[in-house]
Amino acid sequence: MIGAGRTDLAVLKAFAPIAASRTSAVPFTARHGVMLIGALVLAVYIGDAQAGPGTPSIPATILKWTPLLAQGFALNIAMSVLAMAIGTGLGTALGLGLISLTRPVRASSWLITQFFRNAPWLVLLFYCVLLMPFEVRIGGVIVPLPGWAKATAGLALPVMANVAELVRGAVQSIPSGQWEAAEASAFTRLQTLRLVILPQCVKRMMPPWMNLYAIVVVATPLTSIVGVSEAMTLTGDILSSEGRTELLVPMYLYLLTWFFLYCYPIARATIAVERRFAVR
Amino acid sequence: MVSPVAWNPDLPLIRMREVVKKFGAATVLDGISLDVMKGQVICIIGPSGAGKSTLIRCINALVPIDSGSILVEGQEVNDPMLDKLALRRKVGMVFQQYNLFPHRTALANIMMAPVHVLKRKRADVAAQARALMRKVGLDGKEDFYPGELSGGQQQRVAIARSLAMQPDVMLFDEVTAALDPETVKEVLVTIRELAEEGMTCVIVTHEMGFAREVADEIYFTDRGVVVEHGPPADFFTNCRDERTRRFLSQIL
Repeated sequence: MIGAGRTDLAVLKAFAPIAASRTSAVPFTARHGVMLIGALVLAVYIGDAQAGPGTPSIPATILKWTPLLAQGFALNIAMSVLAMAIGTGLGTALGLGLISLTRPVRASSWLITQFFRNAPWLVLLFYCVLLMPFEVRIGGVIVPLPGWAKATAGLALPVMANVAELVRGAVQSIPSGQWEAAEASAFTRLQTLRLVILPQCVKRMMPPWMNLYAIVVVATPLTSIVGVSEAMTLTGDILSSEGRTELLVPMYLYLLTWFFLYCYPIARATIAVERRFAVR
Repeated sequence: MVSPVAWNPDLPLIRMREVVKKFGAATVLDGISLDVMKGQVICIIGPSGAGKSTLIRCINALVPIDSGSILVEGQEVNDPMLDKLALRRKVGMVFQQYNLFPHRTALANIMMAPVHVLKRKRADVAAQARALMRKVGLDGKEDFYPGELSGGQQQRVAIARSLAMQPDVMLFDEVTAALDPETVKEVLVTIRELAEEGMTCVIVTHEMGFAREVADEIYFTDRGVVVEHGPPADFFTNCRDERTRRFLSQIL
């Protein structure tokens, strides 16, 4: 048995990467956490040593700004959840377009998927923020579109394309016997998808979908470039208002720790879900 | 195209004439003709790669044919305007790999098509599905998932799932080929009971003893043609064709 990418036999060394890739590449491991917190402690220590006399200690300063940082971080979470929800909804529809029996539908879905999957996220973000109006009129009601909402749309686009690929891959991984059995039972294609194929896809899609979510979370600081007041932007604001250079490294490491603490459980859950559905 | 002939039970329920099916350069069915009367049980035997599975899949339009005619209750299957769903409501099919829906329980598997295709009341269907589970000897297993059942049990659920649509004919595509030897019998017993009740059956099988026992007519196919056919008593004792004789000597 080749377990978790570990191998002692020389002949098996060549297969180690394959064995390792059995679980998808999880970006966050406990080792990263230990290293991150170690770096934070070290940075705080060094920063405090550099600080001039009479200035408040770095832990105290960090603590002072934590409520503000939390507010910003909440926006990161909100944007990631919304982008994921919108992207998953649109992506499922697009993914079904990818397996459509109608050629034009399939071709256009493919084009959209390829474009949004391969375009740099930052470019999509800029497009959305700069091209979308600051308000839209729906019926008689004027709905304002704040920067964070436009940025969320910008994040939702690549999510959509990635989910579409996940859906297509999952549908194609269902054994053809399932289609045959459904067809022989006189199901329409839509019924077959809804009752037989897609429910089985959900299981298969769970681990990569959760991975994608973790990626979206760590992509949300990109929105600081287009002026959204999320945690990254606020960290910059805090640093410029404090005006202490020794605060720079500890502060950003502190922010990184927040992201880690949010993403690590997701990574763990992804592995658990993967294990659970792998054996069948 | 042949206009739907007024069909009556005296005419063959399935009538295939000169059916040809090609996969690329390979001709899998090369002019197959056969008749299945209502209530008849026919077994199709022959070496692997003889096109038996393709033949049976043509009947419910899972595989489109290139030329020839297949009439099921007078309805032409080789017709671009064919209402496939209407055809498949009349023709039940059981597969070698069972193909149960793994995310639904045994009972739910049986209920799905009657509820969603025939739009029957859920309570009625549930009662019928429970009766079918009893019929195939699986009462008590209603809430089990396919993965929790043995191969033989899964195959019997698959038979019950097909019967739930109350088809006029059942197609069995090597339904015991993937089973452990000790579970083959329970599936064959289920099929034999069906046959004895008068269900029209088309059975592709490698179980010669079973074919001999249950069939009204045996068709021996090789390389896409029907080499010869006849009632089992005749067929097994004095077959005329050399190919049939060779096949039987290998297998019996």
